[in-house]
Amino acid sequence: MQLVKRRPLPPQLARVRSGGLLPLLAILVVLLVLITVRQPDFLAPASLMSFLGRSAPLILLAAGQYFVIVSGEFDLSVGSLVTAQVVVAARLIDSDPSRTWPVVLVLLAGGLAVGLVNGLITTRLRVPSFITTLGMFLILVGAVYLWSNGAPKGGLSEEFRRFGRRAFEDVPLLGRMPYALVILLILATLAVLLMRSDFGRVLVAVGDNPRTAELSGVRVHRTRTIAFMLSGLAAAVAAILIGGYSGVSFQAGAGLEFGAITAVVLGGVALGGGRGSIVGAMLGALTLELLFTLMNFYGVSGALRPTVQGAIILFAVAVSTRRSTSR
Amino acid sequence: MSDRAPVPLLALRGIGKSFYGVRVLDGVDLDVAPGEVHAVVGENGAGKSTLMKIVSGGYVPDGGTIEFAGRSCVFGGPRDAQRAGIGIIHQEFNLLPERTVAENVYLGHEPKRRGLVDRRQMLSRTRDLLATIGETTLPADAVVGRLGVAQQQVVEIAKALALDARLLIMDEPTAALADHEVELLYGLVRRLQQQGIGLLYVSHRLTEVFDLSDRITVLKDGRRVQTMPTTEATAEDLVRQMVGRELSSYYPDRAAPEDIGAVRLAVRGGGNRKLRDIDLDLRAGEVLGIGGLQGSGRSALARALFGVEPFTTGLVTIDGKPTRLRSPRAATRAGIAYVTEDRKGEGIVARQSVLDNALLASRAVFPVRSGRAARTVRVRELLATVEVRAAGDDQEIRFLSGGNQQKVVLARWLALDPLILLFDEPTRGIDVGAKSAIHDLVRQLARAGAAVLMISSELPELLGMSDRMLVMRDGRVAGELPAGSTEEDVVALAVGTVSEAAA
Amino acid sequence: MSLLSLRAARRPVPGVFVALAITLAVGWLIVMIDGGQLFNQSTTVSLLHVAAGLGLVAVGQTLVILGGSLDLSVAYVISLSTLVAAETMNGSDGALLPAIGLALTVSAAVGLLNGLLVTRLRINAFIATLGVGLLLKGYLDNGYDGPAGTTSPTLVQTLGYQRIGPVPLSFLLLVAVTAACWFALARTRFGHHLVAVGGDPEVARLSGVRNDRVLVVAHMLCSLCAGLTGIYLASRLGSGAPRVGTEGLYDLESIAAVVIGGTALAGGRGGVVGTLGGVLLLASIDAIFNQLEVDAFFKQVIRGAIIIAAVAVYARRAMRKAAV
Repeated sequence: MQLVKRRPLPPQLARVRSGGLLPLLAILVVLLVLITVRQPDFLAPASLMSFLGRSAPLILLAAGQYFVIVSGEFDLSVGSLVTAQVVVAARLIDSDPSRTWPVVLVLLAGGLAVGLVNGLITTRLRVPSFITTLGMFLILVGAVYLWSNGAPKGGLSEEFRRFGRRAFEDVPLLGRMPYALVILLILATLAVLLMRSDFGRVLVAVGDNPRTAELSGVRVHRTRTIAFMLSGLAAAVAAILIGGYSGVSFQAGAGLEFGAITAVVLGGVALGGGRGSIVGAMLGALTLELLFTLMNFYGVSGALRPTVQGAIILFAVAVSTRRSTSR
Repeated sequence: MSDRAPVPLLALRGIGKSFYGVRVLDGVDLDVAPGEVHAVVGENGAGKSTLMKIVSGGYVPDGGTIEFAGRSCVFGGPRDAQRAGIGIIHQEFNLLPERTVAENVYLGHEPKRRGLVDRRQMLSRTRDLLATIGETTLPADAVVGRLGVAQQQVVEIAKALALDARLLIMDEPTAALADHEVELLYGLVRRLQQQGIGLLYVSHRLTEVFDLSDRITVLKDGRRVQTMPTTEATAEDLVRQMVGRELSSYYPDRAAPEDIGAVRLAVRGGGNRKLRDIDLDLRAGEVLGIGGLQGSGRSALARALFGVEPFTTGLVTIDGKPTRLRSPRAATRAGIAYVTEDRKGEGIVARQSVLDNALLASRAVFPVRSGRAARTVRVRELLATVEVRAAGDDQEIRFLSGGNQQKVVLARWLALDPLILLFDEPTRGIDVGAKSAIHDLVRQLARAGAAVLMISSELPELLGMSDRMLVMRDGRVAGELPAGSTEEDVVALAVGTVSEAAA
Repeated sequence: MSLLSLRAARRPVPGVFVALAITLAVGWLIVMIDGGQLFNQSTTVSLLHVAAGLGLVAVGQTLVILGGSLDLSVAYVISLSTLVAAETMNGSDGALLPAIGLALTVSAAVGLLNGLLVTRLRINAFIATLGVGLLLKGYLDNGYDGPAGTTSPTLVQTLGYQRIGPVPLSFLLLVAVTAACWFALARTRFGHHLVAVGGDPEVARLSGVRNDRVLVVAHMLCSLCAGLTGIYLASRLGSGAPRVGTEGLYDLESIAAVVIGGTALAGGRGGVVGTLGGVLLLASIDAIFNQLEVDAFFKQVIRGAIIIAAVAVYARRAMRKAAV
């Protein structure tokens, strides 16, 4: 019988394991430095707080998308879901403050329901989630236009809009604390806790190897469906914040699905599932927002945003793919 | 058939290969003459597949020389070997199910006319190829995915011949075939032989080896034991040389009769697509070994019991109560654990940590049974008990050795305190040291009162571990053997016909 | 299994054509009850125009999907191509051919980039083509606020509006491109290798196929088709339109048409003829709803449902086949 010596981990493995988020954090720091050079006030509590508040919707959507992607699927329907929710909210509330809370509940339930349908079609009917959520995207956009006859109707109540635009004033140290940021912090904490819970660990296992998961007693279909529901829920909350911040429009959620997927991938999460952390996904979204802010400060035309976004995403993914294949 | 040409088609001299310092092949010599069928037999882990991969360019040997058709060769990859004229037919076919026979046969070197693929010529050449191997009923424009396994094998052979292969390697060619299809393969092998093509034939099934081969080489533990003309060999000799490991190698003591308790799991008349008329009693405290050849229904039995491919007929009882095991989850809830044969594909979650892997079943099935912290502590203890060696329990499991991965999988199930454990080849691909550790663990579990069912294709392991054995053949239980039976007894039940011929 | 059954299913009528026939029949009936006429000259012409625009890009999309890849950048390539064509022509016929050539060259270059990102850098096709699409979007958003350039009058008169009976020239172009792609898939090594790469990259590699080269070519052809769509749209609109590709949802709709046409999203199975059926089905639904004066948005809802249902049916069929 031979003695098996423990070989120490090759250095590059050790580095990858401990520092999955390091490259992203490095980018974040660089961006922050570049912004402060141009705009030293940016790091002042007030402007930082409002920046974080503005970034809340994309960060939430990235978190929602993370659940789906880490389980091995895609959700292309979130952008259209946000639009639908904003338009529906305006029509249901019709500027009547007393309807605010019931409508919030309706939106949350609606987000869950859309996720449920996405999940059931994907798992039970074995339709690739790319197609399922693409179909859902078309259905939602069509349905919301249809329902409002081509132009948004009604209006959001001030009570509804405060989630996205108001803040706790006179908070010690920080000054203003946007509601959106508070909501983000609460939900982000819950999301991180969820990923550490049994459900979260099982979810990642499902994305990594569904066969093993199934043979370990995991209900793979159900787990994936719940991931879709979480993504729908995140979209609902994002819709409430976006509706409050920027008002009602058919463009409210346009392109957010790709923004969220970009953020998740930027955060080191692998398409195909099983790899990456939710903190990474949310930091990816923050990086993206920071990038846009930077471009604003440096006077880059808003129109060029997509080009920079595209270049960054290609670069980041190419680098991470190189690292993982050169093992 | 044993007239050998003076110049061998293939000559291997002193081939050696090591993986991670473990010697898998050591100084192997082998000749194949044109028109000869040379069978290579040996246990799992004897080095057969490694040797075949070296010949077909999949691995580069550490030592020794390969001479093919009189020239010394170094194959950098499968394509080099292909170009030289060596084809290999794998157990899993390398075919595109959506494409036609002709498209598959000529993939990568489609015949052209004026720059375009000449479909007519492709079809007619495929037909000719099929005809030369005596296959006239198979249409060249049939879609491969609609063919039976035997016909797909014919396509695979035609594909190799289209590249002018002069040596064909067949790796367990009958593993996926039904009995009547094996007959077809026999005819095919003989026709290939008549055309002067040399064949290296790897098989578990001694019947085929005796029926088809001119010479037999026995490999054991990476060395060549003997090469002999088939006419001079007997089944007993072969089995002895293949599995003749000194039985003195250590196995834990068997259960004493008083340790064996009541029937825990019983099956009556169980059947599904792969199994028929399964009757089985599994008692608390015993290790029930399941023997049989590949494809005899061993694994199907474990998978039926675990609800992966459930029994469609018959009755299963656990502790006397009728139980329906419709899914792995249901089986887990009923107190069954299953350590799969395909560790990489369905045993581990490769990119997750050791701890996450060990906790997977607990989290999935009984999320709220005990406090989370207490459960983690318990699983950590289990990982220590089974002596997993890792850099830490947050290390990704894919960096662990096979033996350590298997221990983690075991810990995953032990965390659920299962009453019934199903092991399918628990020591496959595991080094010797870890093997005996796994053996000890299996025995300890039985001693602690668990009912253990253990599938093994390694006869010494099966004989050394089992308190009782069932041997399977063709989806049925062929017979039961008590502890202390010999390897010959098992082989006789498993192959049926050979034992009669040899006896 | 009889020999006949082995072969009979070799080239089945793609299910999409059955669906198309039923849709047209039912639509014709409903429209008639409604007091209208589905197959009058103007509906047929507009149906075929819709099909031509979507069809050209969808046929190209079929090639990359067959190879196991995907192209999300086509919508931007279309917009870019309308602009390159219209601005180069600048309203005169003299620059017609150079303009077309330039538009197609630019498109092919984008395809080359897509292909290299997917094969050399091994970036997931979804992300790679999305990223390239964003690069182009930034260029378009930054440089253009609205229509730019003028399409040459000859092109407008021919490709844009000329027709033979009820059949527009552009639809004939689509038929020609489809036939060419069908021919390439059936009769060239490239086609055989592309399907093999999509079906099982490892099998293809072991059989001596140069997977990377095949995929790069497929991506270039796909972008070329998108460029052709752009030229066609420029001929219809009379100018270059920086947002025509995205507003027409050509990226997602082309993928939808491909999968409705029976091509597997994972690659290796399907073909351009089915895609043509998928395109015609989507265009027919459009036409029927137009005739019924159904709300335009309702169409989109139905469209989404049809895409999901079609793929569910294919998935079911594949499952049954696997069970046999």
